[in-house]
Amino acid sequence: MRQFSYSRPDTLDTACHTPDHTRFLAGGTNLIDLMKSDVERPEHVVDLSALSMSQIEERPDGGLRLGALATNADTAAHPLVTERYPLLASAILAGASPQIRNRATNGANLNQRTRCHYFYDPDMACNKRSPGTGCSAKGGRNRIMAILGTSDACIATFPSDMCVALAALNATVNLTGPEGERTVPMRDYHRLPEDTPWQDNILRAGEIVTSIDLPSISFGPHHTYLKIRDRLSFAFAIVSVATGLQMENNTIRKACIAMGGVGTKPWCVPEAEALLEGKAPSPSLFRDAAECLLQGAVTDRDNAAKLKLAPRVIIRALSQASAGTPQSQTQKTIF
Amino acid sequence: MTLHSAKIGQPVSRIDGLAKVTGQARYAAEPHPAGMLYGFIVNSPIARGRIEAIRDEAARAVPGVVEIMTHLNRPHSALFEKSYMDGLSVPGSPYRPLHDAEISFNGQPVAVVLAETFEAAREAAMLLEVDYERWPHNADFEASLHQKYMPGKTRSNYVPPKSRGNAAEAYALSPIKVEGRYHLAPEHHNPMEMHATTVLAEDDGSFTVWDKTQGPQAVQAYLTSALSLSKDQIRVRNPYVGGAFGSGLRAQHNVFLAALGAKMLKRSVRITLTRPQMFTHVFRPEAVMDIALGAQPDGTLQSMIVDGVTDTSRFEHNMENLVIWGLINYKCPNATADYKVAPRDTYTSSDMRAPGAATGVNLFEMAIDEMAYACNMDPLAFRLHNYSDIDAMHDMPLTSKALKEAMHEGAERFGWYNRPMAPKTMRDGKELIGWGMATGIWDAMFSPTSARATLTADGRLHIATAASDIGTGTYTILAQTASETFGIPIEMIDIELGDSTLPECPTEGGSWTAASAGAAVWLACQSLREKLFKAVGKSGNISAWLTEGLSNKTTVLKDGFLQDKGADENLRLSLSEALSLTGQEKLEVEETAKPGLRGTISQMRKARFTHSAVFCEVRVDEELGIVRVTRLVNAVAAGRIMNPKTAASQVRGAMVMATGMALHEESLMDERVGRFMNHNFAEYHIPAHADIPDMEVLFVEEKDREVSPLGVKGVGEIGMCGTAAAIANAIFHATGQRHRSLPITPGS
Ligand SMILES: Cc1cc2nc3c(=O)[nH]c(=O)nc-3n(C[C@H](O)[C@H](O)[C@H](O)COP(=O)(O)OP(=O)(O)OC[C@H]3O[C@@H](n4cnc5c(N)ncnc54)[C@H](O)[C@@H]3O)c2cc1C
Ligand code: SF4
Repeated sequence: MRQFSYSRPDTLDTACHTPDHTRFLAGGTNLIDLMKSDVERPEHVVDLSALSMSQIEERPDGGLRLGALATNADTAAHPLVTERYPLLASAILAGASPQIRNRATNGANLNQRTRCHYFYDPDMACNKRSPGTGCSAKGGRNRIMAILGTSDACIATFPSDMCVALAALNATVNLTGPEGERTVPMRDYHRLPEDTPWQDNILRAGEIVTSIDLPSISFGPHHTYLKIRDRLSFAFAIVSVATGLQMENNTIRKACIAMGGVGTKPWCVPEAEALLEGKAPSPSLFRDAAECLLQGAVTDRDNAAKLKLAPRVIIRALSQASAGTPQSQTQKTIF
Repeated sequence: MTLHSAKIGQPVSRIDGLAKVTGQARYAAEPHPAGMLYGFIVNSPIARGRIEAIRDEAARAVPGVVEIMTHLNRPHSALFEKSYMDGLSVPGSPYRPLHDAEISFNGQPVAVVLAETFEAAREAAMLLEVDYERWPHNADFEASLHQKYMPGKTRSNYVPPKSRGNAAEAYALSPIKVEGRYHLAPEHHNPMEMHATTVLAEDDGSFTVWDKTQGPQAVQAYLTSALSLSKDQIRVRNPYVGGAFGSGLRAQHNVFLAALGAKMLKRSVRITLTRPQMFTHVFRPEAVMDIALGAQPDGTLQSMIVDGVTDTSRFEHNMENLVIWGLINYKCPNATADYKVAPRDTYTSSDMRAPGAATGVNLFEMAIDEMAYACNMDPLAFRLHNYSDIDAMHDMPLTSKALKEAMHEGAERFGWYNRPMAPKTMRDGKELIGWGMATGIWDAMFSPTSARATLTADGRLHIATAASDIGTGTYTILAQTASETFGIPIEMIDIELGDSTLPECPTEGGSWTAASAGAAVWLACQSLREKLFKAVGKSGNISAWLTEGLSNKTTVLKDGFLQDKGADENLRLSLSEALSLTGQEKLEVEETAKPGLRGTISQMRKARFTHSAVFCEVRVDEELGIVRVTRLVNAVAAGRIMNPKTAASQVRGAMVMATGMALHEESLMDERVGRFMNHNFAEYHIPAHADIPDMEVLFVEEKDREVSPLGVKGVGEIGMCGTAAAIANAIFHATGQRHRSLPITPGS
């Protein structure tokens, strides 16, 4: 960890008027780790904890606003979340451990960095960490890397579980920066690496995520968050699927689906959702949706298993959602 | 307070438990001598080459940095001389930290920053710039197999495989054959406590060294020879060790570097490794075993051919007893095995919990399961059919082998006898259910060990030996032994371990401490009691009942009192009173337990092993590749069990580790640079709670007077042997698919 200055402003305005090479500090579960590993080298650390951004409140349009500083644990346990957005609660509980979720915050979950082994190791070339040095993951030990949305410059996944549910739910992200406020759809918040993989998302210098809005939408019991990982708890996803279906007389009226673990960002394909809508659930329909979602997938040395597993996970998740039997995050049997 | 006399065999809770959970127990990185410097190691990013230049201006400019120690400025050490060998090393030429500019493995320490604070040391380490000339290297295990060889000089504990019959011919003639290549990925020990050393520079030029080690006297010997000091100038302490699993058998580079820094600057120094740095030294070697088995249709094994290779570095020949286990444990007229090591440009692999057997037994037991199925026989019945009552490889009798009993008791408890033979026949919803089993075998060793027993004026008994309690419960079982043998409540006993100045004890490892240190304490307590009785008898002014009792030999020591056998409670004498009668301040004895003691038999005449039978249930979501271990039963035959509570916890801990071996743990080598890349706990997966079911450990009765003086065999490692195979075999039974490479991960 290198020397840095520290401040804890009490207004949003002061917080977002920060010099270059600043990092915002929320729960610290990701930033501090990366500073200790010499991956993040901020000159200034601006602690957001004095700002009041931890509210979870209803919106006039029937939706819900999640404060950026509300913790993952509080969010997953909040009655309004568990009642109306059990898919989101489930995705949060599928991630990390209780201790980490107690510290980790919602706004920062969107801004966590990849878990690519090479990104984490400053001795290795990595375009995301050190622009222009190359991508060590290509041709390396890349079992955990992405198969969708990759580029020659970077094949790292965006590792969040929560964001997969947020993308499926078509949430929107509220930002405040030196130039004012703006709102961005969750599905557009993260970027593809292309040839600038060091930019994970559309956040501009000084911009802060203040809250996340969930639209008014309900799937009843027809949703699931299904996560496949290397052990039964406390591991990042190899493949995960968040999906919610609005069912009417055995017909899918509206479909929302997003994938984690396979893409360089939470992976959504509107055509796959359209393909499901207006049809009766069936294995062949789910297979078509899987094919559509995985179009353009490219594997590298070690990660072909993801392409083998992904369609099966999509199909299983869609069967769980259509049957109204969401995956439990404590009972490990997958129905 | 009620006082308890504990007996060997009782489930006594850890006597050091309170100190541990209240933070009183001190570990290697915890002493804070005044003026101590913090050392931070800088590691090489390349696998082979040489350092061309070190640019340290920016690093030295960090406030608080005192020195940057490299091969250019470090003081001389005897360890740098070509002839140097440490007592713990394997054959070859041990790595000499900071000796010269040459790099022979990725992660090799190239500098140590010494600073007033940990933060300054770490920051300066990040700012140090080192230029390297890169030389070609090979870190790929597959490629290294082409260079496999048999070291000219073997490790002292290496057991060469011994052939019998004509295995090749018998294999060719066998109507039923199984042949395959089995593989285990490399693993890292990853104890909870990171490797750390605190060197306290004393005013008189001597050093007290707190080290995370399994053998304080071995580290003392290492440092005295490395730094050319006399024995009384180095004291090594390790009263508490936060797990080690073998990583603390050899002195690691942190010990030498901390001591070298302290010598250079004449100040106290502490070096702690980070978790990623824990992946720069020892690991369990990657292994392949080519196994060919031949049998008759009735399930009689005809031939076993085992060909095994593990990796080592270019500079040392680490060896394991990999290929012998099946040859020892199964009756089969024709058998042969061959073992070699394959060199890579990495650090030297090393012993990790049940070295050799964890790999060799599990992989062999997977092949045995395949053979049982090839013969269309129940895997348990197949093993019983080919059961050997002797060490079949050396054709030597055994001190005991209650494996048959373990198989039956374990099978009974598990419900094995209801098992349908055919794979893929049990299902619950989307999950396939499978039952698998395997047997385990591990050495039952005994090494000469000394212990001191002292009775002090306050009537307390002090026991001291240089053993290490690496979390296994050594403090507790030694207290039980002393309590039973001497006749004193456990609360009146103090146990002192983990200090090189104490009576000699070999490095903790190989599960021999319980048998060896236990015997030494037993012997010392016997002898102290005799000494006490003699001294009391001579003292003159004692009561008539005692004079009489001592001469009739009816006096006993019970619950901390001298009394007459069966006599009334009023006639008794406390230990402090007894001692004051003798006019002495304390009574002390030191004894050494050696093989041969109490009718134990020479290792030349009878072989000795611990055995186990492991039964496992898995549930497999075949489509998604998710395996859940839902039941594990391990029946262990390990002689006399000193404390069923700590012993079962040892076996359970090893079963967790073996579950990791079967399903999760794998250090991912990027052979392009020679570095293990998943060097943190987010990506090196050890089992989480959710991965571990209720585990049942049964101890099968096994009376063995010949193996060690107390009839004890040791239980620290047996839980590794067999468990991983039982899981793999259960996966086959669930799915009908064989996996020959561990770990078995989703999508594999
Ligand atoms: C061992 C481990 C396992 C984990 N497993 C999982 C898992 O399985 N699934 C999963 O989804 N996650 C997992 N996580 C990640 C965890 O969810 C994130 O670390 C956490 O959400 C980050 O929150 P924080 O408040 O601690 O962030 P911090 O570390 O404080 O910040 C993270 C980043 O976000 C930026 N930031 C913080 N707040 C804001 C804001 N309001 N606006 C703009 N930028 C901001 C920071 O500058 C920093 O770059 C794991 C983490 C660990 C350490
Ligand atoms: S995949 Fe991306 S994060 Fe990983 S090494 Fe390549 S550039 Fe860096």
